[in-house]
Amino acid sequence: MSTSSNQAEAFKALVHWLRDAVREPEQFTLSYAAESSAFVRFNHAKVRQAGQVQQASVGLKLIDDGRHADLNITLCGDAQVDVQRLAEGLQQLRDTLPLLPQDPYLLLNYTAWQSRNIQEHPLPDTEQVVAQITQAAEGLDLVGFYAAGPISRGFASSSGAFGWHQANSFNFDFSLFHDNGQAVKASYAGHDWNSEGFASRFAQAREQLAFLGRPQRTLAPGQYRAYLAPAALGEIMDMLGWGGFSAQSIASKNSPLQKLYAGDSSFSPLVSLDEKVSGSLSPAFSGEGYPRSDLGLIVNGKAGAQMVSSRSAAEYGLTANGASGGEMPSALNMAAGELPGAEILKQLGTGLYISNLWYLNYSDQPAARLTGMTRFATFWVENGEIQAPVSTMRFDDSAYSLLGSQLEALTAERELLLSASTYSQRATDSALLPGALISRLTLTL
Amino acid sequence: MFDFHPQLKQRFAALRTGAEFFSLRYVRESGQYLSVRKNVAEPPSLSRDEGAMLTVRVNGVETYAATNDLSQSGLQAALDKAEQHARRLKPHALLDLREQAVSSDRADYFSPNLDQPFPSLSDCYQLLGAESAAVPKDERLVNWQVSIGITHVEQIYLNSAGAELRQAQRFVYPGLDVTAYDGSDSQTRTLGRENFGQQGGFDVISRCGLVGAGPKIADQALQLLLAPNTPQGPRDLLLMPDQMMLQIHESIGHPLELDRILGDERNYAGTSFVRAEDFGSLQYGSELLNVTFDPDIPEQLASYGHDDDGTAASKQFLIKEGLLLRPLGGALSQFRTGMNGVANSRACGWNRPPIDRMANLNIEPGDQPLEQLIGNIEHGILMSTNRSWSIDDARNKFQFGCEWARLIENGELKGVVKNPNYRAISAQFWKSLSAVGDASTVKVLGTPNCGKGEPNQVIRVGHASPACVFSNVDVFGGDA
Repeated sequence: MSTSSNQAEAFKALVHWLRDAVREPEQFTLSYAAESSAFVRFNHAKVRQAGQVQQASVGLKLIDDGRHADLNITLCGDAQVDVQRLAEGLQQLRDTLPLLPQDPYLLLNYTAWQSRNIQEHPLPDTEQVVAQITQAAEGLDLVGFYAAGPISRGFASSSGAFGWHQANSFNFDFSLFHDNGQAVKASYAGHDWNSEGFASRFAQAREQLAFLGRPQRTLAPGQYRAYLAPAALGEIMDMLGWGGFSAQSIASKNSPLQKLYAGDSSFSPLVSLDEKVSGSLSPAFSGEGYPRSDLGLIVNGKAGAQMVSSRSAAEYGLTANGASGGEMPSALNMAAGELPGAEILKQLGTGLYISNLWYLNYSDQPAARLTGMTRFATFWVENGEIQAPVSTMRFDDSAYSLLGSQLEALTAERELLLSASTYSQRATDSALLPGALISRLTLTL
Repeated sequence: MFDFHPQLKQRFAALRTGAEFFSLRYVRESGQYLSVRKNVAEPPSLSRDEGAMLTVRVNGVETYAATNDLSQSGLQAALDKAEQHARRLKPHALLDLREQAVSSDRADYFSPNLDQPFPSLSDCYQLLGAESAAVPKDERLVNWQVSIGITHVEQIYLNSAGAELRQAQRFVYPGLDVTAYDGSDSQTRTLGRENFGQQGGFDVISRCGLVGAGPKIADQALQLLLAPNTPQGPRDLLLMPDQMMLQIHESIGHPLELDRILGDERNYAGTSFVRAEDFGSLQYGSELLNVTFDPDIPEQLASYGHDDDGTAASKQFLIKEGLLLRPLGGALSQFRTGMNGVANSRACGWNRPPIDRMANLNIEPGDQPLEQLIGNIEHGILMSTNRSWSIDDARNKFQFGCEWARLIENGELKGVVKNPNYRAISAQFWKSLSAVGDASTVKVLGTPNCGKGEPNQVIRVGHASPACVFSNVDVFGGDA
């Protein structure tokens, strides 16, 4: 397997070849994505399925006379074969462009920006990690997934832009199940696997597991005070991020936050939400070739910036700010509040402590009305003390209520949540979020 | 087609390993996604992908290594890595697969009409442009998009027991959506897209009804904008096939996946309200409910000859006359439980391992035409085209929403209502199935977007269903 530094050199070689191969007035952009991943899934504290995946691909865009087309090509790691594949791809795009009309929304970035971020912190041997996990889980019903390895992202253009992002990372996302079927979810993720750090995180989850042994309480549908832990709030933010801040969705009236951006609705002044690329784990440049900007998406409860891709910039007369084609945030940072962590249960008083939400979707998208389920470690609290785990319940409520009129407080402490998503490739998304105390959450089923 | 097969066979034959069993699954995939949005052609998105997954079994422990390097040395390196991994993980392994039987089948499978060329890129853009232009000029119509997605997949499976399985398939996904906006509310009406995909050629676009659909879909979006909200309260619910597919998927398909019942998915996709001991005894639905795993409908999205572990696929009843009979479990899950199953061990590509998935999961037709289904409803609602879905991790408490609905009173269709939602509990809902449409109401549908597994996989599944009626379901509308 090629090392990450070899990958950077291999990408540069493809870029050099392409710069020689394009013919004036052709232009190109070339993005790169590669990873070498160890994947281990656990069930009943044993290894259920394990493997390794090595993958690399480039995304080639060819532009000529206002026409353009995109081709994603899997690479094999052999320099000669990969150049051959790129040459075939270039020819395929050359054959395609004359069949297309000119694109009025083509907007290229002609700046020759440079970006380089390399983190090569060594990761532990997978079998050592597995041994630590199985040892810690001795006697417990652990189910989970460990993903680790280097990730590389690159970008280059015929205008001379060049970006390289490379990082080693791991993410152990796991649940501990009680005999009664209740479970607590946790994760240990980052760049530096530390045995003590892992043991500490595992111990926290194990402590919560003890509460789950109490007799379960079943709630009737109705309205309840509730505390949403950062992971639960993260599910709501993920849902809102799906088109919510997208310039195209807002303009085409498909955004769940269109009333916010129209000024017809607002969140609590406590809510300020940024897309904070600087210092995050994701690349500082987009796959379409723009450096990504830090953006204030919601400022004191009011609409702020939108996520603007180059296409939306051209179509709606906006300024591209490094959003990807999907215009979704990937480095959310929500302002902390003033509620100390130690005061959460006391301030909640009587109500629900919700660690995680699950499977959210819209009941009424233009009204930002969401539905979803409680999942993992949801507790009934009375007079500031945890009484019992709660059986799975459905909520159905507007985001303008949960984060607006009914938002009492945000916690002073925030949690950094690193995405465990591995659809097609390991995600680099993150969210730094507080917990939220809500005076009224509507449960429906 | 299969032009890499001779080389791959040679390289497979030259691989060296101490494993008791090993296999290679090679996948080559090419795709193209074309769309026209508001009469502007968007740049085509094309793709070419190929790679292989090698799986080894050493002392009963199976591991995999997937690689983009298809050279002899690349495949050997992946095999060595997998073998080493298997040996080192032995003390921690959950399963001992030494006794699990392996496939030695040899067969080919092809999508229907695969030999017929698909219309050229120019012809496709012309079609998309014409449909886009056919959307009427109305300032309330703020967004519309017409698209065609095409994916070609060639897969070759070889193993050390002599199996040699080749599949060549073409998947087609037509789509059209129109959004109407009145300054406050917006409503979208869709044809195809996430709700329609089939195997075949241009015939798929014809069956979808894309050609000539622009004005009708736009008119329905405008009707929704003017419609009142869906009233709240219990009603008989007539679900059309493009909502039935989601209903089947979420509250029959996922709960019957055997790996969920075995707990593999508890950290991600979830578990199931169904227990292993329920098969053969649980009355899942009313006696009108007949559910099959059916890989034999040629155009359906997940029809195939063998699954990705090499098991031959055949039609099986999972639920017959409401009685739960058989889970969705592939060869491995069957080995783990001793239960019957189906050939549904599937992977989304070369870089993800097979797990228990839905494939084609269908409801068998009943005996009532649509007019009769409607005529027998006193106080009800017809809902069509899924737009929202949410269900608990045991696949029991659900809430689903549709784009389009019409009230039914005294056996007659009445006015259009917007934001139709309904909620219920799977374990009770299917028992309220009170009428099943006949073959004339059946649509063969499917979606490319079923997510599951760690590492995550999104895979294509097919659902064919008649229109169905459920008694006394809690329905409600939106806020706007």
